[in-house]
Order: sequence, then structure tokens, then C-alpha cells
Amino acid sequence: MAPKKVDKLATGVLYVIAGVIVVILASLLGYILFQGVPHISWHFLTSPAKSFEAGGGIGIQLFNSFYLLLLAMVISVPLALGAGIYLAEYAKKNWLTDVIRTAIEILSSLPSVVVGLFGFLVFVLQFKFGFSILSGALALTMFNLPLLTRNVEDSLRAVSFTQREAGLALGLSRWETVIHVIIPEALPGIITGMILGAGRVFGEAAALIYTAGQSAPALDFGNWNPLNIASPLNPFRPAETLAVHIWKINSEGIQPDAAAVSAGASAVLIIAVLAFNLLARYVGNRIYKKMTAA
Amino acid sequence: MDNYALDDRYIKDFDRSEHEIAIETQDLRVFYGAKEAIHGTSLPFERFKITALIGASGSGKSTFLRSLNRMNDTIEGTRVTGQIMYRDIDINSANVDVYEMRKHIGMVFQRPNPFAKSIYDNITFAPRRFGEKRKAVLDELVETSLRQAALWDQVKDDLHQSGLALSGGQQQRLCIARAIAMKPDILLLDEPASALDPISTSTVEDTLMALKDQYTIIIVTHNMQQAARISDYTAFFYAGQALEYDETRKIFTRPKIKATDDYVSGHFG
Amino acid sequence: MDPIRDAMLRPSRSAKIERRGRLISLFCISLIVAVVVAIFYFVASRGLATFFENKVNLWSFLSKTTWSPAIKDAHGAPEVGALPMIVGSFGVTFLSAIIATPFAVGAAIFMTEISPNLGKKILQPVIELLVGIPSVVYGFIGLSVVVPFIRNLFGGTGFGILAGTFVLFVMILPTVTSMTVDALKAVPRHYREASLALGATRWQTTSRVVVRAAMPGILTGIVFGMARAFGEALAVQMVIGNAALLPHNLISPASTLTSVLTSGIGNTVMGSLENNALWSLALLLLLMSLAFNLLIRWIGKKGEMK
Repeated sequence: MAPKKVDKLATGVLYVIAGVIVVILASLLGYILFQGVPHISWHFLTSPAKSFEAGGGIGIQLFNSFYLLLLAMVISVPLALGAGIYLAEYAKKNWLTDVIRTAIEILSSLPSVVVGLFGFLVFVLQFKFGFSILSGALALTMFNLPLLTRNVEDSLRAVSFTQREAGLALGLSRWETVIHVIIPEALPGIITGMILGAGRVFGEAAALIYTAGQSAPALDFGNWNPLNIASPLNPFRPAETLAVHIWKINSEGIQPDAAAVSAGASAVLIIAVLAFNLLARYVGNRIYKKMTAA
Repeated sequence: MDNYALDDRYIKDFDRSEHEIAIETQDLRVFYGAKEAIHGTSLPFERFKITALIGASGSGKSTFLRSLNRMNDTIEGTRVTGQIMYRDIDINSANVDVYEMRKHIGMVFQRPNPFAKSIYDNITFAPRRFGEKRKAVLDELVETSLRQAALWDQVKDDLHQSGLALSGGQQQRLCIARAIAMKPDILLLDEPASALDPISTSTVEDTLMALKDQYTIIIVTHNMQQAARISDYTAFFYAGQALEYDETRKIFTRPKIKATDDYVSGHFG
Repeated sequence: MDPIRDAMLRPSRSAKIERRGRLISLFCISLIVAVVVAIFYFVASRGLATFFENKVNLWSFLSKTTWSPAIKDAHGAPEVGALPMIVGSFGVTFLSAIIATPFAVGAAIFMTEISPNLGKKILQPVIELLVGIPSVVYGFIGLSVVVPFIRNLFGGTGFGILAGTFVLFVMILPTVTSMTVDALKAVPRHYREASLALGATRWQTTSRVVVRAAMPGILTGIVFGMARAFGEALAVQMVIGNAALLPHNLISPASTLTSVLTSGIGNTVMGSLENNALWSLALLLLLMSLAFNLLIRWIGKKGEMK
């Protein structure tokens, strides 16, 4: 065949491939939203789940997902900032830094189920936290830290070295310069990365099955004493999240309306993750504009 | 370019009873890894004068300048030996607090580098970090340093606009204002006008001339007219050391060393 | 007395802040390293117990096909043959990578060489959205769409390697695509210009010059995708059928290391052989993830040398 013809043919094939991928996503989203959205109602979003009968909601799971996310971010964000600062500002080019970078790479590529099992072994059993929000948040922290750290490091490195020189030449220490000059300038990147990380955490289930547990005991939403067992804020209660709930009702299948509940819950999950994505873009652009504005 | 005899040197010394020396290096050497970038250089700098460091690119003039307030410490793999005498102590030693020292030996860089903060915050950021909280004092500081840097009239109506919104020349003057807001003894400038247009350059030059009543200024420049216009003394750097150091007038009219003569008359550089 | 000189000879507040800040950042990074070390230590100490405490032979663990830790065989040794899971894991991993690679590379070429505009406007967001979809959602769709589809087409239950492959294909597609895009973008412009100037068509230039130059990066992307597929737990567990049997075809119920782990670890007693054997699977998973990591580094080094 003439090269020109091959070229045309190849281009055609590539268009088809690109089209197929778009169709895959469209049908995925379409399926979830068409199946799920009709099932979403105020009742569905707020009432507790039912095990053996139809009509259960996802209220507690939804709350658990957000609470766990919040706790995981509260633990992982400062750690990621500290670790990212170390890598971007203090790490020397030597074997120790290589070891550290390798460790972070390994952690980021570990299957999340392994992270969950480690959390089960150490937090649930060894530290006796039991199946709890705290165990889950710590597992999510481990799952989340490597990517957040890398994001912080990259965002800091993207700020010109001349800014560091400016701070240092005024007699400020490197740390002060980083905290008060470099981090504010790197903020759009850092925040975008954090929100994307939050989206990942929100949808994660494998790391939680054996740490936060698979049960969602009834909560008393009038009780905000974090030490009370029925309080939503109690970090030592087991807390099935939305993602875990989808997995569980599908593997056990004892709910008569499991398919409808999963579809509704999946739709909520996807909408939440999409919202995180859009928010990340919007906030990133917004801060960037604000900071470079005249 | 010719090869010049490196032991053919002329370094002016000062009569210390008549000239006050603000800062002085003794056998200063800078190493990048194993490579010696600056060979034993000893230069005294007179107080309240402008001293220019000139030379071709790669001659070591910027490296030398950056070691005077130990900015080279921030570059991994750099080592500086020899002494830097300032207020009768060697500031190139471990027991000197490098941050405190840099408050008194400020620096302005080649590319304007204002913080991504307002003009007001650019100037008050460091003083506030060092404990000055009184608004009246800070306001006063902003006005005086901007006036000294010849920027006040252009920005006084909107001190809260971003420093990055200024033109290149204005940004550089903001950086000068930021440096002098620390009330340093010595101001080091590393080719401060090289990224600027001719008009901004001449404004910065005027600013520096006006500042020398209160500050000892050491400026690196690759622009010989600039050195001739504004400086009192000039050091000519070549291949990692100062070959000639004298009054600017003499350097540009009757240089004692052939390399200097060739450089100032434009034979290389 | 010179107050400035005296101040320079005392440690300043900034110096103290610097020391404290450095310590804080060092603490954070050390914590991450410690977590990684702890993961290896704990999983290894549990996972090795099968071999040291329960005296299971390593070779029979890797090669036998019967997984019923509660039952002892004729010689009194427990039946812990992990081969079905190993085959299952490698099966879904390789098959999904084989299917995903042409799609991913094709899409990446489309985005960088054919229509950067459409690529940026449509394909880029599509890829980002695909990455964002949680794995349980993929599992749910696999369960409610892919499994019935296979059941109708081929008969049987519909659960099995094929369903797992399908789900993983979609899950790793965005990973491989975006890394391939990066690799193709990194090929210098003048490679393309030189080839086009010699009269080569766009496809000839792309297939013979650009893809070849980007090969190490593309391979890294594929290995990354495989690592993700190998470690994926829930989506696979939901569609593979969870039968610890050596799969004799692509549509019979099977299992992977991750699927057995997720369904089993909660149902066994800590310290029992059943439990230890599961931890051995986890250790295997950990070592494989390490192996993928080493492979990626090796490809990176090879690429640099060229």
C-alpha cells in the first residue's frame, strides 16, 4: 500500500480509538447517572441503611465518608507539607535522599488493600483502636501521603529560586522564607493537589474495609460529644463509608434493592468526585488569578 | 582573547587612618565541588563609597559578590575559605549568625524578584518578621525607603497593588527599597540594571548615587559606562581573581595592567 | 561596644526558627519512611510465619493448586497452594495490559500528533474523569453490566478472568494513556521535523521516529498500569467469582491474590494457619509491587543510557 494510504488509514483508526474511549466514559457516566439519579432523594441521602429490606438510605455512610475525609486530611496535610518542604528545600543530593524518594515511590505504588491490611494489623489490632474512624483515617493518610507530598514538593519547586534568595538576603531563614513567601506563592498548586487527593480519598474503599470497618451503627445526630459512642463525632466508632457500602451490598447481596441502592450511591459518589475535580480547577485558577492580579 | 599573566596584578591598599574600611576579604577562595572558582582574593571596600566589580562573564565577579553575605552558602556543593572582616570579626566563620549578618549586608539581584505581595508588604514583610509591629513606624519605613529608591511618587497612591504589577525598572527599585528598609550597612548589587531598559537603568543609577551617603555599595556590572559613571573604585576581575583594583578614574584612564586596559577599551568581554 | 557585632555572635531568632523548622520537616519525612519500613516489617513477619511456624514448603505454596488451609493433606501438611490466585492475578494483569496498550498508545498519539486541539478539549478531560472514578464504581458496573453481558454471550455465570480483564482494562487505560502522552510530548520537535522534511508521512514519522524515541516512557506507563491492575482489589473481587480454583478458561469463576485477601482476612482468626496463609498472599502482593517498581526504574535507566 502506498504510504499516503497507510497514513490515511492509520489516522482513521486513531480517530476510532479516541472515539471509543469517549464512548466508554460517556456510557459509564450515563449508566451510573441514569440508573442512580432517579433513586436519589432527600430521604435516600439522609436515612440510615437497611440490611434485609428495601428502602434503606445512605445517610450515615455519607456522613462517615465526609468525616473520615476531613480527619484524614487534617492528619495528612501537615505531614505532607513538612515532608514536601524537606524534599524541596532541605534534601541534599546524596544516598539518603535517594532512599527517602524510593520509599515514597514504593508507598505510592503499594496496592491500597495492602495499606488497609497493614492498618488493620497495626491500628486496629496492635494499637487496639478497633474498627474505627481513627484507624480508617490513619490508613487513608498512608494511602494519601506519598501523592500529596510529591505534589507539595513539585509546587514548591515551581516557585523561582530567586524568591528564596530574596527572603534569605533580608536575613530571613530558609524556613521563614518558605513558610511566608514560597508556600503562599505555591498555594494554587498545593490546593489543587489537596482537593484532587481528597477526591481519591473519598472514593477509596479497599484501604477502609479492615480499618474503618463495614458497619454503620446508628448515630444520634443530636449528640455532639465526641466521647459518646452514639455521637457522630466519636472517632472510635466503626464507620462504613459510602464506597465501602457499595462494595458490601454488592458482595453480600442480602438487600432486595441492592442494585438500586448501589446505583444511587454510585451516582452520589461520582457526583462528589466530579465536584472535587471541578472545585480543584476552579479554586486553583481563582487563587492563581488573585495572586497575580494587579 | 589573549592569555594574561595572572601574577601581574595591582591591588590598591588604603591608608587606614584616612579611609574607613566597611568590609574586607582576605585570601577569599570559593570552591564549586573540587573546582576553585575564586582564587585567593583580598579586597578592602571603603565605607560610603560605591565600588564596582567589572570583568567578562565567568570572571568570578558575581561569585565573589555573593560570598560577601554568604549567599553562596545556599548553593549545594559550594565552599568558601578565607576571611571576610566586617566590624572586626570574620563573618565567614561558623560562630557568626548568618541571618543576623544578612540584615546588615543586604543584596539586590540581577533579575528583579519582588515577592508576590503588595508593595507595602514587600517592604514591611521582613521588618515585621523581625518584630516591628507598630503601624506608624512601618508606614514611615515604607515611605522613606520608597523615597530613597525614587519610587514613592509613582506608587504612593496605591501601595496595596501587587509588586509584580510594576514595570521591570520599578520592580528593581522596589527590591532596592526592600533592601534598604532593613537599614543595612552595606548594599550588594549583582548587575541590578542588566535586565532593564536604558531609562530604567539611569533611574536606578541615580538612585544608587543618592544612596551612597548612607550606605556602602558594592555593585557588579558588565556595563563599563555604568561603572565609570557611578563608582568611586573599580575592581577588574579576570579568571577568578581581581587583577586590578584602583580608583575608577585611574582604571578607566590609566590602567596599570594590560588585561584591564584591553577590557576597558573593549578588546574582549 | 558594637551592638551589631554582638548580635551577629549570638544565635538569632531566625536561626532558632530555622533549626526547629528543619527538625519538623525531617520528622515528617522520617515518619513516611518509617511507615514504609513498618509495612514491610509487619506484612513480612506475618507472611513468613506460614513458612517458619506452620512449616509450609515455599515451593508447594507457589506451585500447588489446592487452597484449603483448614484441611490437611495425606502427609499432614496443610493445603495452601496459591497457584490459582497467582495465575488469576497475572492473568487479569497481562490480559488487561494487552488490551489497554493499543488503546492507550492510540489515544496518546491522537492527542499529541493528530489533533492536539481535540485531544486537549475532549480526550484530556475524559482521561482525567476516568482516573477519578472510584474503583467500587467500576466494580459495580462490572457486576451489573459486564458480568450479565458475558453470561448472555458465553453462558456460565459470567464471573471470571474475562470480566476482571474488562473492568481492569478501563481502569488502567487512563494511567497508561496519560503517561504515554507525557512520553510522546517529551520527544523533541526537531525529530518530527527532520523526518517530515525527508518526505515521510505523518504516520511513518509517528510510528518509526516518535514512538520509538518515546519507547522507554511508554513502557513505563504500561508497567505502571500493570502494577495498578495487579494491586486492584475490590473492582476485581466483585466480578471474578472468588473461587480459589485454577481457572480452566476465561469465563469460569476464579480469584486473585487481592480478591482472596479482601474476602478472607476478616473471616479467619489472627495467628491461625488460615490467617497466616492469607498474610503470605499479602506479602506476595507487596513483593510484586516492589518488583514492578524495580522494573520501572530499570526501564528508566535503560532509557537514559540510550
